[in-house]
Amino acid sequence: MAAEPDLSADTRRLNTKKQTLDDAYAAPANFLEIDVCNPETHGFGKKRYSDYEVRMRTNLPVFKLKESSVRRRYSDFEWLRTELERDSKIVVPPLPGKAWKRQLPFRGDDGIFEEDFIEERRQGLEAFVNRVAGHPLAQNERCLHMFLQEPVIDKNYVPGKVRNT
Amino acid sequence: MSFLFGSNAEIDIALDGQASRKQAEIKTEDGKKEKLYLYYDGESVTGKVNITLKGKKMEHQGIKIEFIGQIELYYDRGNHHEFTSLVKELARPGELTQSTTYDFDFVQVEKPYESYTGANVRLRYFLRVTIAKRLTDVTREMDIIVHTLSQYPEMNNSIKMEVGIEDCLHIEFEYNKSKYHLKDVIVGKIYFLLVRIKIKHMELAIIKRETTGSGPNTFNENETIAKYEIMDGAPVRGESIPIRLFLAGYDLTPTMRDINKKFSVRYYLNLVLVDEEERRYFKQQEITLWRKPDKGKKSTGFVYHGPLQSGPQPPET
Repeated sequence: MAAEPDLSADTRRLNTKKQTLDDAYAAPANFLEIDVCNPETHGFGKKRYSDYEVRMRTNLPVFKLKESSVRRRYSDFEWLRTELERDSKIVVPPLPGKAWKRQLPFRGDDGIFEEDFIEERRQGLEAFVNRVAGHPLAQNERCLHMFLQEPVIDKNYVPGKVRNT
Repeated sequence: MSFLFGSNAEIDIALDGQASRKQAEIKTEDGKKEKLYLYYDGESVTGKVNITLKGKKMEHQGIKIEFIGQIELYYDRGNHHEFTSLVKELARPGELTQSTTYDFDFVQVEKPYESYTGANVRLRYFLRVTIAKRLTDVTREMDIIVHTLSQYPEMNNSIKMEVGIEDCLHIEFEYNKSKYHLKDVIVGKIYFLLVRIKIKHMELAIIKRETTGSGPNTFNENETIAKYEIMDGAPVRGESIPIRLFLAGYDLTPTMRDINKKFSVRYYLNLVLVDEEERRYFKQQEITLWRKPDKGKKSTGFVYHGPLQSGPQPPET
């Protein structure tokens, strides 16, 4: 039903607390940047594998280190995803594909070590880790912190939550 | 308005004072809008029934007019729940030899609820004339609309609350009232206390929730009546975002709570924050909507309904 608005209503803004200049111009409290970059392929023949640098900068208090850099391979991301699916309450986003076809023999190209495939995978892994690390309900999982900030992943760790530092 | 042509009579209902009576619009079941005469609780419903004979004469088993208020649940069409039913006998069984007009007068009729057409339920008021015949009765119905009016509530506290996710997001939201009339303005603000997530934008929506059934058979139908963005970009601690939402532009009804124990229509403000990964954080808050009398409307003789009650208050003197 169309109607005329009540023009006598008081529509003035409510009183607000003034924001301090410190708050207005300080670095935002939500700074979190994770890059997945610098892919490298190691080893020879059947033992070849690629890994990536996972570099993180943040000011979120939940992370012990404000800057960290570790190297991780695809199977490490798979491990992280499995842990999060089991322990956290979030719907864990998918990883970029496993690329089984590229691992079959008799390909004309270098399979999973092709440059553009590695780049495509790098982008997918970067999107995955940013999506997960920014999630309030996954941010305090110990597996995530170990993945991002420990040089080596200890698969015998005790799963659980990290408390705020 | 449904009617059956009898073999030899046509019924027409004319309300008194049609020229000066206001009309209001209501949705029909198929979504179209219908204009009907508007009545309030306590008003008398009076008029004339014109019966036009097609043939030379008509035998009948009695002519009556009823004033009915009923609730129809769409999933249970056979059962109409009549909460108001008045009847006046217009003619005893006999024979009509010429077209006839009968007066009717339902005095100070109680109309406790507002007319409502919803997704799963309908509440309507109508007059029904019935000419009883041996084989098939001849009937004619005429719907009217009823609005329930309220006065300014004595108490109308603002809604102010702090909500959030621990260590990630804390906000304080405030809406200037808890009870708004249908042409009111919602004035409020959102104050950010802690922002550790990357917010992309914030929006405010009005949600209408129609509840039918009870217990295990309760069914809620949600409809987003309005939605608009109140903030674009990432806020930091200490920022206040103002809210101003004019209700007159939207298709709203008063809040209806547990009407005749059959259904409810309630309204909620839904505040939604969306972060850069499209995750949504929301807080729903119920508001009470009520209908104010139009300016210049004579207030005598009408029965007022308190905004929170499901029944009427005594009439104004």
